[in-house]
Parts: sequence; C-alpha cells; structure tokens
Amino acid sequence: MVLAVDAAAQAAGVRVGMPATKARVLVQGLIVQDHDAVGDVQSLDRLALWMLQRYAPIVAADPPDGLVIDSTGADHLHGGEEAMLAGLIDRLAASGVQARAAIADTWGAAHALARYAAKPALVAPAGHGSAVLAGLPLAALRLPADMIAALHVLGFERIGDLLAQPRAPLTLRFGPQLGRRIDQALGALSEPIDPIRPDELIQVKRNFAEPIGAAETIARYIGKLVVQLCAELEAKGLGAKRLDLICHRVDNRLQAVRVGTAMPVRDVKRLTRLLTDKIETIEPGFGIEILSLTATLAEPLSEKQTLTAMVDDGVPDVSDLVDTLINRVGERSLYRAAPIATEVPERSVRRIAPMAPDTGATWPGHWPRPSRLLASPEPIETMALLPDHPPVAFTWRGIRRRVRHADGPERIRGEWWRRDAELTAVRDYFRVEDDAGERYWIFRSGDGEDPNSGSQRWFLHGVFG
Amino acid sequence: MRPEPAIESLRAQIEKIEGRSRRLKSVLPFGIADIDSRLPGGGLTLGALHEIAGGGNGAVDGAAAALFAAGVAARTRGKVLWVITRPDLFAPALAQAGLAPDRVIYVEAGNDKTVLACIEEGLRHGGLGAVVGEVARLDMTASRRLQLCAEGSGTIGIALRRWRRQTDASDFGQPTAAATRWRVSVMPSAALPVPGVGRHRWLLELIRARAGESADFEVEACDDSGRLALPAELVHRPASAEGWRRGASG
Repeated sequence: MVLAVDAAAQAAGVRVGMPATKARVLVQGLIVQDHDAVGDVQSLDRLALWMLQRYAPIVAADPPDGLVIDSTGADHLHGGEEAMLAGLIDRLAASGVQARAAIADTWGAAHALARYAAKPALVAPAGHGSAVLAGLPLAALRLPADMIAALHVLGFERIGDLLAQPRAPLTLRFGPQLGRRIDQALGALSEPIDPIRPDELIQVKRNFAEPIGAAETIARYIGKLVVQLCAELEAKGLGAKRLDLICHRVDNRLQAVRVGTAMPVRDVKRLTRLLTDKIETIEPGFGIEILSLTATLAEPLSEKQTLTAMVDDGVPDVSDLVDTLINRVGERSLYRAAPIATEVPERSVRRIAPMAPDTGATWPGHWPRPSRLLASPEPIETMALLPDHPPVAFTWRGIRRRVRHADGPERIRGEWWRRDAELTAVRDYFRVEDDAGERYWIFRSGDGEDPNSGSQRWFLHGVFG
Repeated sequence: MRPEPAIESLRAQIEKIEGRSRRLKSVLPFGIADIDSRLPGGGLTLGALHEIAGGGNGAVDGAAAALFAAGVAARTRGKVLWVITRPDLFAPALAQAGLAPDRVIYVEAGNDKTVLACIEEGLRHGGLGAVVGEVARLDMTASRRLQLCAEGSGTIGIALRRWRRQTDASDFGQPTAAATRWRVSVMPSAALPVPGVGRHRWLLELIRARAGESADFEVEACDDSGRLALPAELVHRPASAEGWRRGASG
C-alpha cells in the first residue's frame, strides 16, 4: 500500500492508497521505502519543538501528519497572522518540508482547512462559524475511515450536508463521535491542546489552591516565578531569549503569553516588566489554577554580556527598551537603516535589527537626498527642453509649479546584474525649486535621446526639506 | 531680549514655589545667538516635549520639519528613537543632516495611539538621546503625559506633527503641554551666481515657548552636523563659514 508520494512520483501517476506492487509496475526504478511509523512520530516531535521555540508557546503534534499550534498571543512577534503563516511555510520549504497551513477559530476547523482548503496558506476570518467548513469533504472532520464510507453510502458528501441534518438519528446510528467532531470543529465543544513540554527546557510552575483572576495577583505571582526562573537560568549560565507564560484555567483552557528579547536576558526586573505588560491579554475566565513559566529559547549569556559592555563605551544600553517596544509593535516594525552600495535610491536602504552591531557605514553625501521619498515615483506633466535641461514647469497632483532653480542632472544607471531590462536603463535626477521655495526631486526615465534607456517620461520621486 | 533683574528674581521665586528645579535643567543651544536668546534657558530644554510642524504643504509631507527634528536629535548624545506611521522617511537625508544611521532606531507604529505609547516608553527609558514621533493628533492629556515622562528622564521629546490632509492642520492651534512649538516652512534658497539650487532656507516660526515669547527666524537648513545657520546677508557674513560650503544639502 502506498502511504506517501513525492512530487516526481505523483507526476508519474503513483497515488496514495494504490498497492505498492502496482506502483512498481507503473514506474520503472521506483524507489520504495518501508513505512517507519516510529521515525515519523519522532520527526514530528522534533518539528513541534522547532515550532515551539520559534513560533508559539502552545504546540502539539497532530498525528499522523500534522502539527497544531495555538497562535494566540504569539502572532504579534511575527507581524500578524498572515505574515506568520507565510513565513512559517517559507522556512519549512527552505528546509525541504512541504507544508500547508491554516488559521481558524478551532482546532477542528484549522485541521480541515489546512488539509482541504489551504493553498498553501489560509487565514479564516475570526468568528467564521460553519460557513468556511460547509464546502469541505467529510474526510476533513477527523472521523474513522469506515464511518466516512458509511456516510458516503447514505449520500453525504460535504460537511454542509451533515450540518443540515437533525443530529439525533445520526448519533443513534454512528455513536457520539460524529456529533463531537462537528461540535469541536464549530467551537461548540472545547478541545484543549496538550502542549509538548520537552524536559530539557527550563520551566517553573505554581499551582494554586484557590484559582486566581485579578491582574494584580497574576502580576505578583509572575514576579515570583521570574525570580525562580532566573535562579535556574543562572545555575546553567543561560539567558532567556523567549519566555512563555502558560495559564491553565479552571475550565481546562490554556492562555499563553509569549515575550521575546533581542539578546539573552536574566534580569528579574526586566523580564517581569515584559511579562506584566502583557497581563491585559490574559483572560482569566473563572480563574487560573496553574501558572507555568518556560524559557523556551535560552542562550549562553556570559559571552554576549562582555560584547555589549565593549560596545557600550559610555552610551547607555537601550536593549531593554527595544525588547519592550518589540513586544508592543512586533519584531518587523523595529529596525535600523543601513546603507547598501547602490545608486538606485529606493534600493539604497536596508533594514537591520535594532540591536545589530554598529556598521559605521553611511551613504555617500555628495548629492543631497530628499527627506521624504515617495513609495513609488509619481508621473508628472512637464515642459522640458531635451535632452539635458531640467523642466521649465511641471504639474504634480494637479498643481502646476514653475521651476525657478534646478540642479542636475545626476545620472543613475540601471543595475544590469539584477535584470536584463536594466542594462540600458537610465534615470536623470534633478533637484528643482519652485517659486514658493518648495524643493522636489524629479527624474526623467531615460537619457532624453535613446529610447532604449527609458520612456523619457518625468516622475517626481521625493520632497526636500 | 534684555535681562531684567526684577523679573528674573520673580521667576526664580515662582520656580521655587512650583517645587521643580527648572533651572537645573540643561538646554540644547542652537549655537545662533538670535535664536538662543529668545528661548528660556538659552536653548531647547532637554527633558521636555517640543512640537514641530511643517507650514504650507509641509503640514502634510513634513519634509522640512523632519530635517529640523533630525538636526536637533543629531546634536544630542546616544541613540535616537524615531516613531513613524508612514514609511516615507528617507534615511540618507537624515544622515546628511548629521544623524548617523547607526544612531537611529525606527519604530513603525500603526496609529497615533501606538505612536504616543512608543514615544512615552522611549522618553521614560532615559537612555536615549532624543525621541521623535510623527503624530497627527496630540491633545492636552497626551502631551502632558509625554512632558512629564520627559521631565522625569531628561530625554528630549519631539512631536513631529504631520497630518493626512491640509485642512487637519488647523489642529495645530489647540493647546498642548509642550515646552516649545515650532513651525518650519520652506523658503526660496539663496540665489547663486551660477545656475543651481543654493543652500536650503527655512522660515522658522517659534509659535509658542513656555516662559518665552514667540519669534520668527529666517535660517539656512541643517548642515551635515545638524546645525542651522543665519543667512549671510542678514549678518553680513556666514554664521559658520564652513557650514556654507559643506551643507548645500537638504
């Protein structure tokens, strides 16, 4: 029996479920490997651990071929749900794993969408209800194969067909599992995820005889847990880069908070501050029974510390501020600018991590640059003398401006090593000043003579101060 | 403004009653006597919030205002936090105004509320040289919070007021708790004997200064160390002869 095929085999006509002998006959020299169930489970666990350290605090294996992640409270570190999902699939693809992923309100719905609707990623709108599920086949409901076959015999094809039926006769015939799976997918029945907790992670935990709920109480116990965690980190010479606080509620739901730091940290005050900033995202519900705090990602600390001390040199350390802000606005929204050696203005700035070591590099300063650069150059109407004079007047956003002074041209050539089309491309930049003293950065696409060098149209690219 | 001993002593008494050691606060002078003499303390107060807006089209693009803020931030020590809402700030221009790229940490905040929260966080930290935030709406309560944070840490805070539409700019008349309020408008640059654009000029309006009077100045834009200069014809000579040559930039 064929259990899995790669893309090449699929192209040759091998399908999942056909007998292995038939597949061998179909394709000459087919490489067949025996199913290694234990190995699959182990690698799924390894993948789950990798997800846990990089993406979200609550991750569990969803055998035989899936992972389930509760991304609540963690997507902000990756720039939102869509960006997180896209990044996740890209990184898996880079390491040779083809994955499909979906985000939905419940485990059941996400399971179904990831397998039957995602291409390769899908984010269902929050509060989607049954609408997104109705069109999917019954196999998406995590039911045993014989039950699905029996339902097919009765004429049910899609989940929507089942939802339209009264529940009682179905339960009478198929037992309670069918109803339970439907309710789980719709969110009517809770389905807690049992997160993996590898032993090697440093974890501290506190059980409460009486469930706690008030923000101040949670803050106090976070403070106590952080002290314990830091003591353990210190004993191992580590610093935390990612911390997960998991609150087990009395109704058996988990609430997770994840905070990240730019550099390994073991400072009690700083970690407490980062965690307490996030308390408002915890919904205590009827109360929290267990608080557990895990250093999901820890790195040796001593080495980094000396490095910062050397760089410091009288300039105060702002890495704690950077951490606070990252946890507020997300990692992608915090950056420093660094130069790229290129003449094309929109390519000359790259973003580096806010706490990256100083590069000391800057842009060449011999041509003035505008303080506001438009995201894309806007076409302008001009009256110009060809080929090497600036325009006499131009119209931008419906306002006509007479050019009083101009500087230029600054000729910028295309980067032929990027694209063939840029081989002959030329832009001539001018700095122009109008009657009111407003200064703009405009360019002509092309050198004014050769039609190969550009469209010869004028664009406005920036505004000078 | 001539120093008047009677008024000075009265001011000292008021400060004593207020209980704040305002006199101990250090300032960041512009290095231009005309401007510094109009500002209480002889410069922009560190540990205070300052408001800057652009005039005319500058209210929307904020190009000159951003450079003016960069010039102030460049003359402080330490890292600078720059909170933006629209990613159109071009870092090479800030570098040409003296603010090296290694010193600036940008924060992209989605809305005004987040911008204000980030500025507040930055001001409260105390380890930064300056915090600049591009914000459209700034009411009394929000600005008072920022002002108190700045007073507590001694970091200079700059609210770069920038609006989506020209008509929204009338918001700049609303009172805030900022120590000074500036409007920077572009002016025609100095005429050169040859074709070309001379050193950029701004009309710098000090609209409001706490314990000071408003004033206008015509200045030349920041040079590559963030310093302004007075136009040569006003003082009969370049205020900083070197700056004239180096800083034909904007």
